[in-house]
Amino acid sequence: MNGSQSATLSSMDELADHGHVVICCGSGGVGKTTIAAVLALEGARRGRNAVVVTIDPAKRLANALGLDALSDTAREIDRPIWDSAGDSDPDGRFSALMLDTKSTFDSLVTRYSADSEQTRRILANRFYRNISGALSGTQEYMAMEKLHELHEDGGYDLIVVDTPPTRHALDFLDAPRRITRLLDNRVFRLLMMPTRAYLRVASMAVQTFLRTVSRVVGSEVIDDVVAFFRAFEGMEEGFRERAAAVLELLGDPATRFVLVTSPSRDAVEEARFFARRLGETDLAVHALIVNRIHPRFGDEKPEGLRARAVTLQASAAEHTGDTAAAAARLAALYTNLADFQEIAERERAHMEGVRERIGSAAVAYVPFIARDVHDFDSLHEVGTLLFAAADGAE
Amino acid sequence: MELERFCSTSRVVIVAGKGGVGKTTVTAALAVAAARVGLSVLIVEVEGKSGLSAAFDRPELTYDEATLAPGVRARTLTPDQALLDYLQAHGLRRISKRLASSGALDVVATAVPGMSDILVLGKVKSLEQERVADLIVIDAPAAGHAVNFLLSPRGLLDAVRVGPIRRQAADVIELLSDPSRCQVLLVTVPEETPVNELVDTAFAIEDRVGVSLAPVVVNGCLPDLGVELDLDSASIARDAELADVFVSEREASDLAAAATFRAKRRALELAQATRLAKRLPLPQIRLPFLFTADLGRAEIEHLADELTAGIAALDTPRV
Repeated sequence: MNGSQSATLSSMDELADHGHVVICCGSGGVGKTTIAAVLALEGARRGRNAVVVTIDPAKRLANALGLDALSDTAREIDRPIWDSAGDSDPDGRFSALMLDTKSTFDSLVTRYSADSEQTRRILANRFYRNISGALSGTQEYMAMEKLHELHEDGGYDLIVVDTPPTRHALDFLDAPRRITRLLDNRVFRLLMMPTRAYLRVASMAVQTFLRTVSRVVGSEVIDDVVAFFRAFEGMEEGFRERAAAVLELLGDPATRFVLVTSPSRDAVEEARFFARRLGETDLAVHALIVNRIHPRFGDEKPEGLRARAVTLQASAAEHTGDTAAAAARLAALYTNLADFQEIAERERAHMEGVRERIGSAAVAYVPFIARDVHDFDSLHEVGTLLFAAADGAE
Repeated sequence: MELERFCSTSRVVIVAGKGGVGKTTVTAALAVAAARVGLSVLIVEVEGKSGLSAAFDRPELTYDEATLAPGVRARTLTPDQALLDYLQAHGLRRISKRLASSGALDVVATAVPGMSDILVLGKVKSLEQERVADLIVIDAPAAGHAVNFLLSPRGLLDAVRVGPIRRQAADVIELLSDPSRCQVLLVTVPEETPVNELVDTAFAIEDRVGVSLAPVVVNGCLPDLGVELDLDSASIARDAELADVFVSEREASDLAAAATFRAKRRALELAQATRLAKRLPLPQIRLPFLFTADLGRAEIEHLADELTAGIAALDTPRV
């Protein structure tokens, strides 16, 4: 605990008190979903109308959040459930939703189609039905879409969005581009021309490609694609504008990116890479949350502790009976303490200068807690640790 | 079971598990262990970038094979690469790059869901048949996606009625469902959520893909120190007196706190491993949590030792 901590504390506090949109990014397995729920809960506890959009919560966390199934709309959770101690700000509200990629996409189609006939044709198309399951980036894109919708119509003060579990934190940044590129595809745009006319205007390369594709996967598949792009005609503009609006929201000063990482070398390396990529698009990481950092027990160096363990083992070997047993027990305890000091030291070494390196306003550490986090009590416990453990100075 | 026998059960081992459980670590340890008994090993990284090459202190993996350690080679094989490969092999070499950058490949992959997975697995099948290595270890996509990855050929058979892709799907199903050619090794850590996800994945791929499952690897288990860790400051003071050493009060309380933490975590881990054993009747191999350093050459060798020992113990029933 040092003097400069207050600067960062206010930075995490600022996020919970004044942040409007918070996007939790990070690679798979670092605890993103949990942190997203923790941040929204903290906002609600401070009197804000908060909602968390989860992507793929673990079953028990989903149950705790009252999410039994995918849903298209947020559900408010009764106060006694999330505020069992009754010590939260009375104005706070907490809602959650589990992203349903397909129905979010469906409502987007409904919104931008000219009439119900166009909607019907698109929703029934086989190629369209594949998009939400098969096109990578769709889930990410729909998470952003849902975020935009909640921002526009939801009346929420704080919207926290989890991002899909990918191996790389970066994947979601590419998502909107992937989708709009698909919908905008020039090669397939040609296919929308009246029957066979496309073969005249299309270049040799495109013709060869289309012939090969239909030979490889069958002409039915191509027919589906053609039907889709025909049905989609006229909606591209709406989709493009929407994607632009979503990107604009990501760049809004009230939007905060929170990068969740584990204290391992690879995760920190990726965090730096991610921060750099965000920087290229003029977005900044507001806070880095280092999740599940090992506790530190005292301040002795691991080398000294290991040396003591060795001496005690030698002593155990020299003696017999109670003396030997006691020395052996102590040796094991010193080894154990040395193990934890060693990993704590290593994790802190990885974190050395990380704030400067990724240029984020806050670095917060969440210690390993000795139980799984899947109910509001444990979410609150993590929240307490998170908001108490921010460390601005490196 | 002997390591040689384990490693020659099938030519292809697909290592799968939830993100963050150490799939890549287990992939590396298995490869090194197999190379030690004289097998030539090829690691195939299907998601491109991973920490694998860094752990061996080598440059980033590419589509071309690179040697990571004696007997261990590695390469990437991403869906995009596999699709390009396929198009090039079918006379589209000139335009395939341009199609990739125009996004046309996305359209194809969307039109035929599972197509890119099929192409990856199809390529794995050719590698297997060309006998490029004695053992091919696939570092698979994260668990949820791993199910789709392995289910892709079945889905494709339903969607595509004719053509070379259909034949390729049939070939891949043959590979996946033949235990003498391919098995899936699932990795987890001894925690609630990863264990649940592993059980779901195991049943999904066994029932729906018909693939045979290797023993489960439970990674990151706190090693046993061989003594009761439920000790408090008072009992530490008594032991210090008995052993005739000085332990300050403060140190005694640090020792006790660290011991309690480990004991609690170990109890949780054992409970999860037991729960896993109950829900999934597969033998378990436990790999230790590494306190000492980040994954590097020495740690991979150490884990390869542990994996070898774990495999050796497989015949005897474990608690």
